[in-house]
Amino acid sequence: MMDELLERSSDGRTSEQFGIVGPFDTVTNRDGGLPAYLRRVWAVAAKDVRTELRAKEIVGTMAAFAVLAAVVFGLAFDLRVPRPELVVPGILWVIILFTGVLGLQRSFGSEMDRGTLTGLLLAPVERSALYFGKVAANLLYFLIVEALLAPTLLILFDVNLMRPLILLGLLLGTVGYTSVGTLFAALTAQSRARETLLPVLLLPVLAPLFIAGVSLTTAILSARPLSDLWRWLVIMALYDALFLTIAFLLFDLIWEQS
Amino acid sequence: MLIKDGAANEPGYPMSAFSKLTHSDPWFVPLLVFDIVAALAMALAMWAALLYAGDAVNLAGDEQVAQRIFYLHMGSNIAALLGFLGSAISSLGYLVSRRLVWDRWAAANIEIGAIFGISVLISGAIWAKPAWNTYWTWDPRLTTATITVLIYIAYILFRNGFENPETRARFASIYAIFAFLSVPLTYYSARLFRSIHPIVFDGANEEAQGGFSIGPSMGQTLTIAMISFAILFLALLFHRVRQLGLEARIEALREDWNE
Repeated sequence: MMDELLERSSDGRTSEQFGIVGPFDTVTNRDGGLPAYLRRVWAVAAKDVRTELRAKEIVGTMAAFAVLAAVVFGLAFDLRVPRPELVVPGILWVIILFTGVLGLQRSFGSEMDRGTLTGLLLAPVERSALYFGKVAANLLYFLIVEALLAPTLLILFDVNLMRPLILLGLLLGTVGYTSVGTLFAALTAQSRARETLLPVLLLPVLAPLFIAGVSLTTAILSARPLSDLWRWLVIMALYDALFLTIAFLLFDLIWEQS
Repeated sequence: MLIKDGAANEPGYPMSAFSKLTHSDPWFVPLLVFDIVAALAMALAMWAALLYAGDAVNLAGDEQVAQRIFYLHMGSNIAALLGFLGSAISSLGYLVSRRLVWDRWAAANIEIGAIFGISVLISGAIWAKPAWNTYWTWDPRLTTATITVLIYIAYILFRNGFENPETRARFASIYAIFAFLSVPLTYYSARLFRSIHPIVFDGANEEAQGGFSIGPSMGQTLTIAMISFAILFLALLFHRVRQLGLEARIEALREDWNE
């Protein structure tokens, strides 16, 4: 059923007649197989990073917002919370959640604003390669911001978040966030109210990641045994795998008519 | 749904407004009957919930009265669940078949489901105050229900943001499928927190508070309430689908006119 879903379009022609191939064919059969596919993903990601290095509009804004939000949380909670460990996990994930929306919006928003989206869609790469390239670039931006956020929280709250399992949880959470977020950013980029709509769409779908992330960080900070931790990591890994797969399957549908 | 240019619309052929409606719209009479059935079913459900059902024997004071909201709570819950399943099936149906009627079913399911979802949350909060001594708690069912309602509202806002019906249908379906898949994960991750929601049917939750055992008249009332709410849900659903279909038709006629 999934093949049919991907290959049929509004007027009943199959995707071969359009010259588009289903996502599985592209990875396995065409143009040099997986290594070549990964090179195309890399090309898209490199193009995004190069644009960002020149325009400097995403990472700087995200980092500034993240630090600002940490300061605001510090002002809100300082002296009123007996131990900062109680609130820091929540603060960390809320800041990531809100900072992420800022970056994701620009991922396709800047392409729309500059009119470069058409060029991107005409590039001789699969739509799913565009998706994974964008995910990779966004993942890089997120990780840079998180690398700045963790020391900021250490300074402001005196809670060390730089522990291997917390960082693993952050990585899993960020992969899930960017995989869903990039797809939703592509969806909302064509909507009338794209800036306001993305967080409304994104936050409820991210609820499992958020719950698992906060719980994992809390459990690690209160030094709970490893048996309490693994299930949160499993939920996050499951989320990542599920939504990367679904996004891979559905991403071709977004620009089917352009 | 198609308005026929038959004898009924010609001047000099006297017809009442009612028979005009019944002639021009094949949905009119079935829906009217459906509406009457739904109204009767709801009246029956309210009578059963407020008068027929016995008191909860193991509760006292406010809780004894408060448990009667449970029939409305469970009834709305069934309707919300139907909307949830219906929207997922219709969205998948649209992506497979690419017929816009599936998109209208998905949108109607979500809109009606959202109303009943909000009713579940409000009735639950009113009941929880005497039973749990708090309006709100982060129980997995509450968390999941709340997140689902928020997703529905996001879907409605999102779907309204597109002019082109095909783009709108495709994007809304993609979002509905993502939302549908995230809800079980939300439930699973929220369940790892402590749960105090009573599971009335098998009593498996030992930490549940405010639960009560069901007598025969209460069981019958619950069945009546669930069926009645399902009928009400379907009646509203058919109305909304018809309305969305007419809207699409007006849009199409307007485009023809402009050309």
